[in-house]
Amino acid sequence: MQLEYFQMIDRILDLNTVEKTITVEAQVPMTSTVFEGHFPGYPIMPGVLLIESMAQTSGWLLVALMKFERMPFLAAVKEAKMRGFVAPGELLTVEASVVHEGSGYAITEAKVKVGGKLRSNATLTFSHIPFPNPDLRGHMDAVAKRVGFPSQAIA
Amino acid sequence: MSSTFDQVAQIIAETCDIPRDTITPDSHAIDDLGIDSLDFLDIAFAIDKAFGIKLPLEKWTQEVNDGKATTEQYFVLKNLCARIDELVAAKGAGAA
Repeated sequence: MQLEYFQMIDRILDLNTVEKTITVEAQVPMTSTVFEGHFPGYPIMPGVLLIESMAQTSGWLLVALMKFERMPFLAAVKEAKMRGFVAPGELLTVEASVVHEGSGYAITEAKVKVGGKLRSNATLTFSHIPFPNPDLRGHMDAVAKRVGFPSQAIA
Repeated sequence: MSSTFDQVAQIIAETCDIPRDTITPDSHAIDDLGIDSLDFLDIAFAIDKAFGIKLPLEKWTQEVNDGKATTEQYFVLKNLCARIDELVAAKGAGAA
C-alpha cells in the first residue's frame, strides 16, 4: 500500500467471477506523510482511504466481470461505517461482492477486516464506461500484474 | 395490484425525496422533477429490482446523444412506464 499514490491494494487473494466476490490484502504502511497529519501523535488510517480501499477492491471485481473491457468509476458511497480505528502497520483484508449489475452501473457491498474483525463497510455505486484511452488501460494492465490479477478468471 | 406508474412514482418519491403528489404520468424526470443522472442510477436500481428487469440506460443515453431519440421518449414517466412494461413482457416471453 502506498497511500500517497492511492495504491491501496497489494494482492488479490481470491477472485470468483461466478459468485461475483473478491478478497484482497492491503498492508497499511508503518510510516506515511498521511499519518503526519492524520493525526499528529495519534496516527490512524483516514476513513476516506478505507472507503477508497473498498472501492478499488470492488473495482477489480467489476473489471474482471466486464472482462477488462470497461473501467468502473466510483459514483456513490452509501451506508459507509467506520467501526474501528486502523493503525499504521495493520494488515487489511478487504472483501467485496456484487449486489446488482445494471446498464452502465453496478452496486457492490464491501468490508474491511483486520484479523477477521470488521473495521469498516460500505455500499458502493459505480458507473462504468469503455476504457477512455490506451494510457489508462495500460496503467490498469500494469497494476493488474502488480496485484496478481488472475487473468484466467476472465479467459 | 398497483400500476407500473404507481410503483415508479413511489420509487421516485422515496429515492429522491420528492412529494408523491407532484409526480404525474406527464412529469419529465429530468426537466420537471430535477432528477440528475446519479439519482437516476438509484431509481434504475430500484426499478430493476422491483420489476426484475435491466433498464437499458446506456442504450437510451446513446440514442439521445446520437439524436435518434428524445429524452421525452424515455424520461417522461408515462413513456418510461411503457418501456418498463415492454421489458417485463419481453422477460415473460423469454421465460415461456
